[in-house]
Amino acid sequence: MRLKRTTFAVLAASMVMAVSACGDAGDDDSGDDAPDAEVAENAADNFDDGTAMKQLAEDGKVTIGVKIDQPGIGFLSGGSDIPTGFDIEVGEWLAADLGIEPEDVEWKETISDNREPFLQDGEVDLVVASYSITPERRAIVGQAGPYYITGQQLMVQKDNDEIESVDDVKGKEVCSVTGSTSLDQVEVKGAEPRGFDTYSQCRDQVLDGTVDAMTTDGSILLGYVAENPDELKVVGPEFSEERYGVGYSKDSPEMCQWITDVIQEKMDDGKWAEAFEATLGESGVETPDPPKMDACKSS
Amino acid sequence: MDVIWDSRDVILKSFWLTVQLLVISGVASMVVGTFLVTARVSPIPVVRGVGVTYVSIFRNIPLLMVFVLVVEGAPRIGLMADVPFLLKGCIALTIYTSAFVCEALRAGVNSVSLGQAEAARSIGLTFRQSMGQVILPQATRAALPPLTSVFIALAKNTSVAAGFGLVEATARFKSVKKFVPGEADTLVLFAVIALGYIIIVEVMSFGSNRLERRWRLAR
Repeated sequence: MRLKRTTFAVLAASMVMAVSACGDAGDDDSGDDAPDAEVAENAADNFDDGTAMKQLAEDGKVTIGVKIDQPGIGFLSGGSDIPTGFDIEVGEWLAADLGIEPEDVEWKETISDNREPFLQDGEVDLVVASYSITPERRAIVGQAGPYYITGQQLMVQKDNDEIESVDDVKGKEVCSVTGSTSLDQVEVKGAEPRGFDTYSQCRDQVLDGTVDAMTTDGSILLGYVAENPDELKVVGPEFSEERYGVGYSKDSPEMCQWITDVIQEKMDDGKWAEAFEATLGESGVETPDPPKMDACKSS
Repeated sequence: MDVIWDSRDVILKSFWLTVQLLVISGVASMVVGTFLVTARVSPIPVVRGVGVTYVSIFRNIPLLMVFVLVVEGAPRIGLMADVPFLLKGCIALTIYTSAFVCEALRAGVNSVSLGQAEAARSIGLTFRQSMGQVILPQATRAALPPLTSVFIALAKNTSVAAGFGLVEATARFKSVKKFVPGEADTLVLFAVIALGYIIIVEVMSFGSNRLERRWRLAR
């Protein structure tokens, strides 16, 4: 029975330590030094009556669904109200065109699973959340873009030399978000899939050495590497193509052309590149050329 | 429909993982819970205190937190970094479930009349002997219905492991769902997965009923 007491003491101690260890994650504020978009004045006059844009501009508020746990793309650091990242920049351009200041935008956290329902139920007006364009998604929601193209890659500990590309994952433990396509992709390649609820949990598993690699879009991985450049690295060529688009409701097809025009303008005047350098570019990756966007179906 | 049929292998595999989680942590919880209940009724105050403290901690915090502690907290401080995920999941489930097993068993112990314990001690059995040979066998019999509820809850609690590196039935439901076209098929997939859980729980209830009947005759 004496043994039980020791066991308990060890357990209690490890619990206290574990709880305190959890507190140090994610306090690195990468800052937002991208230039603010110029907010349009009397924006409502620029839109035709009956369009969703007119409505939003008149209301003076817009709800944008974003990720808040992906550094460089959409990340909310503790203590601040406005997330930072490339997706957020895109959201700010669109809001500015509606005459809405960034601080008046309602940034709503979306996770991968609830982006379509949020758009369908009108919970958010737009989704800019590392949202890959796929035919399945385009069947139920609208997606304009792509405003950025990335692809699935692997992230490992810096000193790992066993995994150099996706062909090396056979028999290895690879984590991602539960139910994500990325996880299915590596499972097909023979990896042991380890699903977590969020990307940051998965990143921690790689840092702690409990899994061999993490997999998802390269842009998301680059954001994590930028936070821990001494411990992590991204390896291998991209083994899928992810084309990030802006999600909107199927009820407002007129939004497609508007979104495409706003982004195209930023691509042409160099604001796209500036925003990239200030966000994803911080991981040291070269600024790519802006992708060519899909034409909108005339409604 | 085709997608679901084509996924039958991975769905079955994921249910096998669910069953493994259930059986391993079920057996372990039974063992740990028995020790705990022995501690809770022990004549030594300190040991009793340990039992009470354990139960009040782990019965009162959400299972999700226990998972965070075991799967994310412990490796952060270098503990269990090399322990397989299945085992870590079982450890988390056992830590949580054994507190409930302990309380179900304690209800059973309370139902055994004091005279049984007195008689056992008076014929010279030690505390351990009287617990192991006289009280716990009767207590377990009385505790069978509440214990069954605890294990049914455990069967469904295994789904928490979906968010902690284990592709069990619920995690597989999420990943297959993406490839299922249309709402009708999604409902079918939901029904398939739900049926899997129902079968597992029904088998447990059936076993419990049989045991109850058998033990009643033996009494």
